[in-house]
Amino acid sequence: MTLEIAFFYLFAATAILSAVMVISSRNPVHSVMFLILAFVNGAGIFMLAGAEFLALLLIVVYVGAVMVLFLFVVMMLDVDFAQLRQGFLQYAPLGAMVGGILLIELIMVAGSFLVAPEVAGSSVVPFVEGMSNTEALGNVLYTRYVYLFEAAGLILLVAMIGAIVLTLRHKPHAKRQDIAAQVGRKREDAVEVVSVESGKGI
Amino acid sequence: MSSDLTSFVALAPAYPELLLAIGAIILLMMGVFSNEKTGNTMIVGVAIGLLAVTAVLVAIHPAEGVLFNGAFIQDGFARFMKVLVLTGSAFALVLSVSTASDHNLNKFEYPVLVILASLGMLMMISANDLISLYIGLELQSLSLYVIAAFKRDSGRATEAGLKYFVLGALSSGMLLYGASMVYGFTGQTQLDEIAKVISLGEPSLGLIVGLVFLLAGLAFKISAVPFHMWTPDVYEGVPTPVTAFFASAPKVAAMALFIRVVFDTFEPIAKDWQQIVIFVSIASMVLAAFAAIGQKKLKRLIAYSSIGHVGFALVGLSAGSQTGVEGVSIYMAIYLTMTIGLFACILALRTDQGYVEDISDLAGIAQTRPFIASGIAIIMFSLIGLPPLAGFFAKWEVFLAAVEAQLFVLAVIGVLASAISAFYYLRVVRTMFFDEPNHQFIKTPNELNVVIALTAALIVTYGLTVGGFLKDVAGIAAGSLF
Repeated sequence: MTLEIAFFYLFAATAILSAVMVISSRNPVHSVMFLILAFVNGAGIFMLAGAEFLALLLIVVYVGAVMVLFLFVVMMLDVDFAQLRQGFLQYAPLGAMVGGILLIELIMVAGSFLVAPEVAGSSVVPFVEGMSNTEALGNVLYTRYVYLFEAAGLILLVAMIGAIVLTLRHKPHAKRQDIAAQVGRKREDAVEVVSVESGKGI
Repeated sequence: MSSDLTSFVALAPAYPELLLAIGAIILLMMGVFSNEKTGNTMIVGVAIGLLAVTAVLVAIHPAEGVLFNGAFIQDGFARFMKVLVLTGSAFALVLSVSTASDHNLNKFEYPVLVILASLGMLMMISANDLISLYIGLELQSLSLYVIAAFKRDSGRATEAGLKYFVLGALSSGMLLYGASMVYGFTGQTQLDEIAKVISLGEPSLGLIVGLVFLLAGLAFKISAVPFHMWTPDVYEGVPTPVTAFFASAPKVAAMALFIRVVFDTFEPIAKDWQQIVIFVSIASMVLAAFAAIGQKKLKRLIAYSSIGHVGFALVGLSAGSQTGVEGVSIYMAIYLTMTIGLFACILALRTDQGYVEDISDLAGIAQTRPFIASGIAIIMFSLIGLPPLAGFFAKWEVFLAAVEAQLFVLAVIGVLASAISAFYYLRVVRTMFFDEPNHQFIKTPNELNVVIALTAALIVTYGLTVGGFLKDVAGIAAGSLF
C-alpha cells in the first residue's frame, strides 16, 4: 500500500512538473518531449487506479501517434514560437479565467464524490467479477455494440479514402523502384570488359 | 450480453446494409487493381447495379425486426424510405456516367463514396438508438463532404466542400449536444425506450432543450430554414452530377430520420415539437418563395426550390398524424423523381464551352432542343403543383393532412407560398419558349434522354399509373410507425 502511494506521488509530481515545463521551455521540441513525459506519467496513474486498458491506450494513441504528429508539425513547419509568445501577458487574464473555471469544475466533480460516495461506485455497465477491464470492454464491444463498432470502422475507411482522394497526386516524373527491371537486368547491360592497350586511352 | 452474430440468418433484416458494405469494399479493391482508363466506367456500372440490387432486395425481402440490442430497426417505413434513397443514389450515378469526365469525377473513388454515403443513409433510416443515429449520420455526412470537394482543382468546389464540412460539423455538434441532453434527462439512448420514459411524467425543461437541439441538427441536414444557408452555395459550387446526388437521396434519408425521431421518440410531447416543425415549415416555404425570385444561376434557383419543397413536406409532418406521414412519404418520392429529371435535363444541355449555368443560357431551347425543353417545362409545372401532374398530388396529400389536423393557417400560407413560387418557375419556362436561342448545344448522351423521358412520363401519368400504388405503399409505410 505504501509503495502504491509512493508511486502515485512520484507519477503525480512528475506529471505536474513536466506540464509546467511544457509551457515554460523555450524550445518547442523540448515542450513536446515534456508533454510525452506528462502523458506517460498520466498512464502510470491510470495503471495504479486499475485502469490498465486506458493506461496503455494513452501511451499507444497519444504518445505513439499524436505526439509524433506534433513533432512532425513542429519540426517541419517553420513556426516562429517567439512571435507566438509575444501576446502572452495580454491573454494571461483570459487564460487564468479559463483555468479557474476548470479548477472549480474539478472541485465540484470531486466534491460530489465526497458528498455522495455511492455515485463513484455506480456505472451503466457493471464490472464483472474476475475479469480485467480490457476483457470486459471487449466483451461489450464485440457483442452488444458490434453494429456500432463495425460502422465506426466504415467511417474511418471513408476518412482514409477521403484523405487519399483529396490530397494524393501522382507525379509523372517521380522516380520509382521497378523491381522487374532490376531483376531483369543482365550482366552484359551493365559491365563491359575492355582490354586497354598500354599507352593508349579508351 | 447477447449477440446477433450467432447465425447469419438472424441478421436477415440487415442483409441490404451488409450487401452494400461488402460491395463497397469489393469495389474499392476492384478500383485499386483495375486499369485507370477502362476500369472507371466498369466500376460505375457495377456500383449502379449494386444499388439497384440492394433496392430490389429491400423491396422484396420481407424480413423485419429489431437487431443489435435495439440499435437497428427494419420496418415498413424504413423499407419504403430505403427504396427511395437507393433509387435516388443509383440515378445520381447514372447521371454521372457520361458527364463525369467533364467534371473531374472520373475516378473510381466517386462511385465507392456514393455507395458508402448510401450505406450511411440506410443506417440513418434504420436507426433506433441515439448512437446508431449519429454513427449513420456521420458515415453519410463524411462521404458527402469528400464528394463535395472531389473536384479538388476547382476553387469553387473546394470552397463548397469546406463550407459544407464546417457547417456540417457545427450541426453535428448541435445534434450531439441535444442527444446528450435527452440521454441525461431520460437515461436511455434507445428511441422507443426514451418515449416510454417521457410518457411517464411531465417532460422536464432539459428534455425540451435537448429536443430543440436535436431537431436543429436534423433541420440542418434537410436544409430547412433557418439552417439552410449552406444549400445555395454548396449546390452551386459542386459539380452538377454531385448536386443531383445531394438534392435527392440525402434529403430523403434525413427526412426519414426526422420523422422517426419525432414520432418514435417524442410522440408523448407532440405539442412541443409540432410548434417547431410548423415554424420551420412556414419559414422554409416563405423564404424560398421570395429568395428564389432574384436568382440568375440555375443551380441556386434549384437550391432555393429544394428548400421550399422541404418546407412543403414538413407541412405534412406538422399534422402529427398517420395521414401526415403518408403525405410526407409520397411527397419525398415525387420530389425525388422531379429532382432527378430536372438534373438530367440540365446535364443534357452542353455547349462547346461547358454546361449551362445561368437561367439566361436556356433561352430559346424550345426551338433548338424541343425534347429537353418540354421535359424541363413538365417538371417546372409539376414543381409548381399544377394538376394533373405529380407535384399537384404531392402537395394535395400534405395540405390535406394539415387541414385534417385543423392547421388552416399553415395550409393557407403554404398555398400562398406555392403561388408565389410559381413566378420563378414560370420565368424559366418563359425563357425557354419565348426568348431567342443564343447557344449551340452538342448531342445528349442516350442515358440522359432515357431518364428525362422516364421521369417526365411518370410525372404526367402519375394519377393514372403509379399514383394508386404509391399511395398504398406509403400508407403501409406510415402505418408501421403508429
